[in-house]
Amino acid sequence: MTTMTEAPIRADAVLATGKPAAGVPIIQVDHLTKKFEDFTAVNDISFEVKEGEIFGFLGPNGAGKSTTIKTLCTLLQPSGGHIRVGGFDVQDDPDTVRSMIGIVFQDNSLDSDLTAQENMEFHCMVYHIPRAERAERIKRLLDLMELTEFKDRRVKTFSGGMRRRLEIARGLLHEPRLLVLDEPTVGLDPQTRNYIWQYVRDLRQVHHTAIFMTTHYMDEAENCDRIAIIDKGQIVALDTPAELKKMVGDDQIELTTRDNARVVQVIAEKYQVPVEEREGHVVIQVPSAESFAPKLLAELPTLTGGVTIETLHIRRPTLEDVFLKLTGRTIREEEGAKDQRKLNLRRLGRI
Amino acid sequence: MATQSLPTVKRHTFSYSRELEVIYGIWLRDFKKFWREKSRLWGGVARPILWLVILGSSLKPVVTDNTLTGNVDYIQYIFPGVIGLTLIFATMQSAISIIWDREFGFLKEVLAAPVSRISIIIGKVLGGATQATLQGIITLAFAPLIGLRLTPIAVLELIVIMFGVSFALTSLGVVIASRMTSFEGFGTISNFVVMPMYFLSGGIYPTSSAPEWMQPFIAINPLSYGVDALRHITIGQGTFAFGLDVAFLAGFTVVMSMVALWLFKRE
Repeated sequence: MTTMTEAPIRADAVLATGKPAAGVPIIQVDHLTKKFEDFTAVNDISFEVKEGEIFGFLGPNGAGKSTTIKTLCTLLQPSGGHIRVGGFDVQDDPDTVRSMIGIVFQDNSLDSDLTAQENMEFHCMVYHIPRAERAERIKRLLDLMELTEFKDRRVKTFSGGMRRRLEIARGLLHEPRLLVLDEPTVGLDPQTRNYIWQYVRDLRQVHHTAIFMTTHYMDEAENCDRIAIIDKGQIVALDTPAELKKMVGDDQIELTTRDNARVVQVIAEKYQVPVEEREGHVVIQVPSAESFAPKLLAELPTLTGGVTIETLHIRRPTLEDVFLKLTGRTIREEEGAKDQRKLNLRRLGRI
Repeated sequence: MATQSLPTVKRHTFSYSRELEVIYGIWLRDFKKFWREKSRLWGGVARPILWLVILGSSLKPVVTDNTLTGNVDYIQYIFPGVIGLTLIFATMQSAISIIWDREFGFLKEVLAAPVSRISIIIGKVLGGATQATLQGIITLAFAPLIGLRLTPIAVLELIVIMFGVSFALTSLGVVIASRMTSFEGFGTISNFVVMPMYFLSGGIYPTSSAPEWMQPFIAINPLSYGVDALRHITIGQGTFAFGLDVAFLAGFTVVMSMVALWLFKRE
């Protein structure tokens, strides 16, 4: 019954280079659009993820990250455009795509009435893992995630970190080519977050597994090889973290003073550098904060006729700044709007 | 960097053995959860006590016209109806677990797996039917208490019919559950599905005594045919032909499974 068909996955590329996979896209997203009635969650996005790459989707909640993931994982049908995973179209060959992907969803997807071991066994059954290998694979992954001693406890007794580790262990059982992590470390303590990240990097190193993840934590996005910044359903930038930060370019000096408006005016006139007032701070952008700050401290009281600097803070550019520059908002500001948009999505798309 | 060759990705093809394992996996999960939650088993004990002992014995003197029940003792007459009530409660309860699975996320794990949607539905329906049949068997144990003598053959026949009825009812439950997005509570299902179906099934009164306007509802109610089939075996009488009962239930199951499949694919 099982006639196996060779995949059209870039056999040529493998043969030509002699080195498998490097540079071969595991995900190809081509003009993807996803609408829920009159609400456009994802609006004409295109990108590729290479084998063995850690690719991050950065954006506020409701930007379209989870919708993209659900479409990638075949849980939603695209309204327009195509997604191919390992060369297979998500609409034409959904089961092939499903078998290639390991997913860790943003929200719980474990059965909390079953034990950790039983959740793993269920996964083995629905992913058709060869029977002879099941026990060994389950044991190895539970060991790796340090869950062996809890394996016979029901998942309802697990902490958030333990559940997340179990979901990752489960997502890896069928040795996926692509690991999809939707907000993998939300609500976890820093120690568990570091642990998960270390494991994700090892996984890429050893198995060449590609990782597609979403996050709205800036520091977490720094771990990615490349990042797509997504806002209101569109990709506004896509590059390595270092290149993205070059977009904002300069260092930032944040000041608080008694008269911010006056200080902004004076700095703009005297030094001809970009300066603005933001959230109660005077924010100045300069190529080198180290040399600019002492000069400013010395000269500002004279220039402004007595306004002194109360606090001074130097910041190197972060991805948060990149997001701000591209969208005019901070990701934090977006948090308030998230619930409403999520609600809309829930109502329209039954997520 | 790794230097080993990545395995070639094979196109996923349909295989019966794989799909059977998925059905078994889904069934097994439901069964494990059912078995751990003994309170559901007690439902199979509590309901017959309520209906047969309390309601039945109090109503019996009121029901004076035995010709309507074919000269059969009233408590024995409603016994198949009480089995039907047990079955419909149990099947709706297990179908509703789909809503829980969606609400608590487990459904995503199933839907993201490389399994055909129809196997998910069959696994779910088999799971519900098994649980309901087990509770039905508990109810069946009350037969001697109300003076009903059943031969071993009759018991076997009843188990088969109970399973068939449960199968039909669970498929209906899956259709209802797949359209409910948030957990509106078993109360809603109980008030708008379980109770109307029960009262319109002829479980506790002969359908012939129901007014004309109710007859169409009785005629499209799968539980009418289920109770009728059970009555054929327990007390040897019924409204419809036994063959019609079985044919209606089988057809109903197929149609509901198709609807469920269509709804799942849209999900």
